[in-house]
Amino acid sequence: MSLTAEKIETKAALSTEEMVLNMGPQHPSTHGVLRLELLLEGEIIKKVTPHIGYLHRCFEKHAEVMSYPQVIPYTDRMDYLASMGNEFGYAIAVEKLLDLKIPERVEYIRVIMAELQRIASHLVALGTYGADLGAFTPFLFCFRDREKILSLFEMTCGARLLYNYIWVGGVSHDLHPDFIRLAKEFVHYFKPKVVELNDLLTNNQIFIERTANVGILPVDVAINYGITGPMLRGSGMKWDLRRNDPYSIYDKFDFDIPVGEGLVGTVGDSWDRYYVRILEMGESLKIIEQALEQIPEGDISSAIPKRVKPPVGEVYARVENPRGELGYYIISDGSVNPFRVKVRGPSFVNLGVMDELCRGLMVADVIAILGSIDIVLGEVDR
Amino acid sequence: MIYDYLFNLIGSEFLAGLICSFLPLFLFILPFALFAVWWERKISAHMQDRLGPMRTGWHGWLQTIADILKLLQKEDIIASDADKPLFNLAPVLVFTGSYAVFAAIPFSGAFIGANIDLGLFFIIAVSGLVVAGILMAGWSSNNKYSLLGAMRSAAQIISYEIPTMIVVVTIVMITGTLNLNTLTEMQTGYFWNWMIFGGPGFSAEKFLFIPFMVIGFVILYLSTLAEVNRTPFDIPEAESELVGGYHTEYSGMKFAMFFLSEYANMFAVSAIVAAVFFGGYQSPFGYLGNTLGVEGLIPFEQFFWFTAKGLFFIFVQMWLRWTLPRLRVDQLMALCWKYLIPISIVNLLIVGLITVL
Amino acid sequence: MQYFRNIFSSLSTVFIGMKVTFKHLFEPAVTIQYPDVRLTLPERERNRLYVNMDDCIGCDQCARACPVNCITIETVKSLPEEDLGKTSNGKKKVLWVTEFDIDFAKCCYCQLCVFPCPTECIYMTDVFEFSEFNRKDLNYSFITLKPEEVAQKKENFAKMEAEKTAKKLEAAKLAAEKKASEQQQTPKEN
Repeated sequence: MSLTAEKIETKAALSTEEMVLNMGPQHPSTHGVLRLELLLEGEIIKKVTPHIGYLHRCFEKHAEVMSYPQVIPYTDRMDYLASMGNEFGYAIAVEKLLDLKIPERVEYIRVIMAELQRIASHLVALGTYGADLGAFTPFLFCFRDREKILSLFEMTCGARLLYNYIWVGGVSHDLHPDFIRLAKEFVHYFKPKVVELNDLLTNNQIFIERTANVGILPVDVAINYGITGPMLRGSGMKWDLRRNDPYSIYDKFDFDIPVGEGLVGTVGDSWDRYYVRILEMGESLKIIEQALEQIPEGDISSAIPKRVKPPVGEVYARVENPRGELGYYIISDGSVNPFRVKVRGPSFVNLGVMDELCRGLMVADVIAILGSIDIVLGEVDR
Repeated sequence: MIYDYLFNLIGSEFLAGLICSFLPLFLFILPFALFAVWWERKISAHMQDRLGPMRTGWHGWLQTIADILKLLQKEDIIASDADKPLFNLAPVLVFTGSYAVFAAIPFSGAFIGANIDLGLFFIIAVSGLVVAGILMAGWSSNNKYSLLGAMRSAAQIISYEIPTMIVVVTIVMITGTLNLNTLTEMQTGYFWNWMIFGGPGFSAEKFLFIPFMVIGFVILYLSTLAEVNRTPFDIPEAESELVGGYHTEYSGMKFAMFFLSEYANMFAVSAIVAAVFFGGYQSPFGYLGNTLGVEGLIPFEQFFWFTAKGLFFIFVQMWLRWTLPRLRVDQLMALCWKYLIPISIVNLLIVGLITVL
Repeated sequence: MQYFRNIFSSLSTVFIGMKVTFKHLFEPAVTIQYPDVRLTLPERERNRLYVNMDDCIGCDQCARACPVNCITIETVKSLPEEDLGKTSNGKKKVLWVTEFDIDFAKCCYCQLCVFPCPTECIYMTDVFEFSEFNRKDLNYSFITLKPEEVAQKKENFAKMEAEKTAKKLEAAKLAAEKKASEQQQTPKEN
């Protein structure tokens, strides 16, 4: 009796008609604690269900009991690979509520930091993407270059990853006297490294075979899902908040918006998204160069209020994070603590399109697609 | 010949043959596998602008020994639903398959494990044991991931044996022998007598052969790279895709056996490529022993050249591993069936035509 | 035709990649061998906090600024005749600090406590190698008073408070008696 029951069970468990494969929370390629439940038929995927929430740390609830400046370390920790961007968005939102005018030097410093952070974040994305696909060397090269950026940050504010640097009304420390010289040296150092990365990974035929025509995202589908950032630009749409809805002083700089053109495959495949990130790093270098030339002198702490107590009101402010549009919706009830801080995390919205992209592809492609979406679980779960 | 020497010493043919076949295993291959692991870590580290193991011994050369000691102490975990006899047998098969090929490879003029007339054929046949071992490992682990990995690996190895065999047939057409010792002896002299430069002798035929020999070399190298599961063909053991493939469930010494057999396999394959195309143990410039008049030096020199060529090809294998991303399974199969096999067949036909005419 | 183009592009890109890696084989490594060689950290480095108790006036600003509530401060008023000295920038200290605990397991190293301090007695050092086996050992206590001194200060304060309340009560009683007697007199006069 029991023998037949066992037989039937093992047959079901080992049958390859329709199999549920769990790429569990602990997996080398899921960029954090993400659980992907794949419904497979042989090697072909029929449905992908992402399960999230393993990294939920109640950011929005914390924000309700902290005072406005105390929330900034918490915003750092959402997207921990692009912390400057998070702080920037929050600071802009609160300054809108307070109607503060920021000194020009502060604006320039913020833009330089945000663009350096964009390069660092894209380096992680590209490096880990290569590592997922089996090319281990570009990963280490990217991290070596990122170390230079992190040491620039360390020199300015003392921390390498979670800065608490961009405050409401200004920044916490003025630039170190050596910063401008070292930043210019970095820009000079980094340009040939992008060429090297292209040689090693971007133009490699095997890499192209793995990523071209995989995970094609048509533009209308992307807009319907609310995708922003390099994913949207990879699908061909020229939409960048720094150009279309300028905040801070981005309208003073001259830079291009790279768009995916389907150079090796169709428009909107994983290679395009990857290539858009590489081109964006070049554009960020341009912005940093211009900012370093134009930065004025000034007092950075003149606009920082003693107590942040905005009037009753609500504001929605958005910035272009390396992963997409990061939005803060803050409701203030006139006290020192915000009433509600709601964050629109780009990785959370971008992850939603996973199922649509993976239909009909193979298991190995899921990893290629997930890497090209570039999620950070801290932002997905907050 | 070491075999004759032992035979005269011991008197028993069986014992002499036994010791002769085990000698390469214990004296050379096992220490070599340990060295190869260290070397790979150092090469990969320097290619990636870092240092690699530095603290265990001078520049970390004792690192592999430390790893083996650690693996020996690990608990041997067997899943309760795993098929125990097969689970235990699989690493043994893979290990045996990888090491048995060394019996037919000439290490130097004085030493060959077993002078088999069907050397190349024997090697390809014994490599099939590895496939059986891998399938056993995947199946008996009772794990979806391992099964998938084992199936893929088996498909990969079996498909890539075909271009290997076709290139071997090409060589046989030119030289007329499958015996690796004879093949190596045919390539005496200087480096222009090597097969890759068309083979011994000096004729119009030789120069005609050269481009096809080069193509044959590339095909053979790629196919054997796929047979040992190295990147870009390392889907079966891809860590980031299937958490380790067919050896996910193994721990401790059994895992060490898979690991060591991979490096031994790498050396075996490099040695075969060197023996077939690059003159085996022959030196490219003539022997110091000959110029100095010391005859006894020659076998050692030959051994040195053999090891050097093997190491060079292993270096190229490691170089490829740390440069290239991985191919997907269907792309791997497409590479074999749509590119390597047709090209090798065309190669064979043309070489055949040239030999006849 | 695409077939041969594929072969050519694969081989050429593979060789270009190999050239890059080979070049890197001969470049010096960027790793430093950590315990033997250490980096000099920049001056603004944010690692473990340090509190200079001689300068602390017990104002509680740092504890209030901390976003994770890792600083616990408890103070006791000193007696009027006691002289606690001055801080290094001239402020006169009037509070005994009887508890100043920072829990470094909770601290997020954000530096928000450093800015509000009026005497700059709390600051971040560059010590980052302070791991412990026991999590409770990460709860650092910075006070310089010994436990019996702490107990004594609290006792003194309690006594002073008791005396004060006693005096107040007495004064209130006297005042009440005085008022009562005044009230008695005035209606009589009227």
